[in-house]
Amino acid sequence: MAPGIESLTGRAPHMLLGADRARRGRLAQVGRRLRRRPGALAGAVVILLFVAIALLAPAIAPGDPDAISGDRRAAPSADHLFGTDDLGRDVLSRVIYGARVSLRVGLVSIGIALTAGSLLGVVAGYTGGWLDSVIMRVTDVMLAFPGILLAIAIVAILGPSLFNVMIAVGIEAIPVYTRTARASTLVVKEQEYVIGARALGCRHARVIRRHILPNIVAPLIVLATIGVAGSILTAAGLSYIGLGAQPPTAEWGAMLSTARNFLRDAWWMATFPGLAIMLVVLALNLFGDGLRDILDPRLRD
Amino acid sequence: MATYLLRRVLLVIPVLIGVSIASFLMSHLVPGDPVAVMLGERATADDTTRLREELGLNDPIHVQYWRYVSNAVRGDLGDSIRSGQPVLTEITERLPSTLTLTVCAVLAAAAFGMTLGVAAAVSGRGWVDAGIMAFALLGISMPAFWSGILLILLFGLKLGWVPIAGTGPKALILPTITLAAPAAAVLARMTRSTMLEVLGQDFVRSARAKGLREHVVVVRHVLRNALVPVITIIGLQFGGLLAGSVIVESVFSRPGLGRYTITAIESRDFPQIQGIVLVTAAIYVFVNLAVDLLYSVIDPRIRYQ
Repeated sequence: MAPGIESLTGRAPHMLLGADRARRGRLAQVGRRLRRRPGALAGAVVILLFVAIALLAPAIAPGDPDAISGDRRAAPSADHLFGTDDLGRDVLSRVIYGARVSLRVGLVSIGIALTAGSLLGVVAGYTGGWLDSVIMRVTDVMLAFPGILLAIAIVAILGPSLFNVMIAVGIEAIPVYTRTARASTLVVKEQEYVIGARALGCRHARVIRRHILPNIVAPLIVLATIGVAGSILTAAGLSYIGLGAQPPTAEWGAMLSTARNFLRDAWWMATFPGLAIMLVVLALNLFGDGLRDILDPRLRD
Repeated sequence: MATYLLRRVLLVIPVLIGVSIASFLMSHLVPGDPVAVMLGERATADDTTRLREELGLNDPIHVQYWRYVSNAVRGDLGDSIRSGQPVLTEITERLPSTLTLTVCAVLAAAAFGMTLGVAAAVSGRGWVDAGIMAFALLGISMPAFWSGILLILLFGLKLGWVPIAGTGPKALILPTITLAAPAAAVLARMTRSTMLEVLGQDFVRSARAKGLREHVVVVRHVLRNALVPVITIIGLQFGGLLAGSVIVESVFSRPGLGRYTITAIESRDFPQIQGIVLVTAAIYVFVNLAVDLLYSVIDPRIRYQ
């Protein structure tokens, strides 16, 4: 956000230009700044690469990820670049198809968390009063379940499956967005342009949509980028302990879980799925760090 | 001071009540009939009726909750459906192994994370800083279940330096490193940025101007002021590591709460699951309370707010 514009004019930055023009201008500016950060740029390239791999999986995978060949636990070779697993399935094909699963889990779960969390946070911050208290107390209780425990508890309720993992990881991540959205809303709602909009007779829904949301979105986007990385890790972890993707789904965490039983004679089964998870998560973190430095330097840890 | 401590201690109560409601509600939130889910497909109508009666599911919900809480306060978390044993006994048998791993990992993470963070901050913007930060980024991006497997491959199987399973102190080394690495990475980043923030303050310039040696400035003036946010993170990390030990225990086939949790979920044994959730969350709440009380020792300003 361009600093100081609202304090100079008393108007939201996006109201100075047309909303669309401002948004495009800001996006272009973010793009230019990202290009000057090699880490963030590398992260973006790797993310795009994995998105392409996920979308084009059927075209680029050398074979069917579930096809069983007689060649069990074969070392990497020209036929199977990443080797084969305990059932003779091609590890490269499974890693490629695994990108679909992990990216979908990351996007869906953070989509849930971002939507529900920001909605709750904005409502809590904007309305205040008892609704604020109730939302924040529930948030406190959710935060009392440390780390992966809340996701584990939700999977325990819903039953182990990949779909339920998406929901569980999504719900687990809600409090972070609630708190951030609430804190920003508390600041923004005192700004003169919000008071002005209210004085002009804007209804609350319109004030929230047109004046609050556009001005609190930056830190939420930064959190969501890094959040996708975290949710991919959590979901793969849940699949590793058998609570997520069920066989024969080609999922990186579940592949590692099987590989654990064959470490002595099939290192490739454990190496490549793990490398894939690390690369995606590293790329998202790099990109998220860069985005944070540009959009919201105060969030720096 | 006394009022601050009292207020902080009292704040725990509503959170604990919330946690107890949440863990109580777990079995009620199961889609479908929880009793049928717990008993599996082969249950007869008689079994279902009996278990429903045993669990007191026919009473009004507030009566059920009150019974749950008053039993829990007296140390009765119900009996496991699978084994028939009291859940609390089962948990306390497994807790020491998990807590040992968690505490070792927290200490290792604090030692390495803070050292690396301080080193990165005082080294200035050079290759030392860049190297440590790259290492930290790698640390938060490596899934524990993968780094654990890599450590087993290298130190357990290739080099044969440490046992890859078992319960002795040597068998604790690799799990501790695995569990501690991401936390150490987070702490290193955190310590570095708070150190840099404090290094820019006026009193640091004054301390240097009056001729104090650099290590005195760094340790007494900077580190002491940077500690408060860092210790908060250590407290938060403790909970994360306690829960994360589920995965690490699974990687290293360690007996503990982790494997217990996984089998409890797979067999949908709700008394067990609820017990684990309640005990773990309660430990976490009390650790955070201890951390908050510790601040007031480190930073006198907090007492008077």
